[in-house]
Amino acid sequence: MGAFDIVFYLFAAVTLASACVVVFSKNIVYSAFSLVFTFFGVAGLYVLLSADFLAVTQLLVYVGGILILLLFGVMLTNKIVNVDVRSGGSTKVPAFIISGTILVGLVAAIFQTHWISYKDVPWSRSPWNKDAVAGALTEFSKVQGSEGTATTIGKLFLTDYLLPFEVVSIVLLIALIGAAMIARREPDPAGDAPDSF
Amino acid sequence: MTVGLEHFLIVSAVLFVMGLYAMLSRRNAIAVLMGIELILNAANINFIAFTRYGAVNMNGQMSAIFVIVIAAAEAAVALAIVLNIYKNFHSVSVPNVDKLRD
Repeated sequence: MGAFDIVFYLFAAVTLASACVVVFSKNIVYSAFSLVFTFFGVAGLYVLLSADFLAVTQLLVYVGGILILLLFGVMLTNKIVNVDVRSGGSTKVPAFIISGTILVGLVAAIFQTHWISYKDVPWSRSPWNKDAVAGALTEFSKVQGSEGTATTIGKLFLTDYLLPFEVVSIVLLIALIGAAMIARREPDPAGDAPDSF
Repeated sequence: MTVGLEHFLIVSAVLFVMGLYAMLSRRNAIAVLMGIELILNAANINFIAFTRYGAVNMNGQMSAIFVIVIAAAEAAVALAIVLNIYKNFHSVSVPNVDKLRD
């Protein structure tokens, strides 16, 4: 059992244990704070998968952005006296049955599938395609090398992924403007305020 | 047993199921949002694991970046909607929000 395995099990344990706290904790503030450790654990798994740029992006966007938003949401909506109004039956048992069934199905599918890796794709074994294989493998090892993935990702963003990059930036801009507009909607001074009932 | 693709997929599957359970069983709308974030993280682990072990070159990592961006947009819009729900209903409990009109 090498160092890679030990670090993997460490990060997986951190991720899953803190995700358990997120899901099963009664107090929403505990859930929000243990979500920090879930995101850190997932970022560690990204590092193990040699995705350094994505690990840093995960920390910046999730821990620095989304989690702060969630904490603001918790603090703006949580009452000090946490009255949990029980209306309707509990959904825990059907939720548990559905999730458990899906988990069993996923695990069975993962273990029964023969996963192809980049080494045993058909074109990589065909003898008349040696150059393409060598090119692909050197590209992959370049990605795996000490240079990091940021260079490759930057080049891909400006070549193959140019249109999705622009579209997703417009989507993000519009979504943030819309979120600010929805969240700051003042009551109508004309009289029919939305919170007048 | 040395760590391979299956280990990452198992971690991701468990994370996905936890997020699904949170979405289905929690009453607080913000806890439901946390479940959605867990599910998106599970999908990202899958994308990046397939980049490392599978036959997709860098396309998995690029897809993961787009998932992160969409998650940020989704979280902002959803939080704004939850704040408005709180303003109107004085509660963020999902079963209580069952009325569209004033």
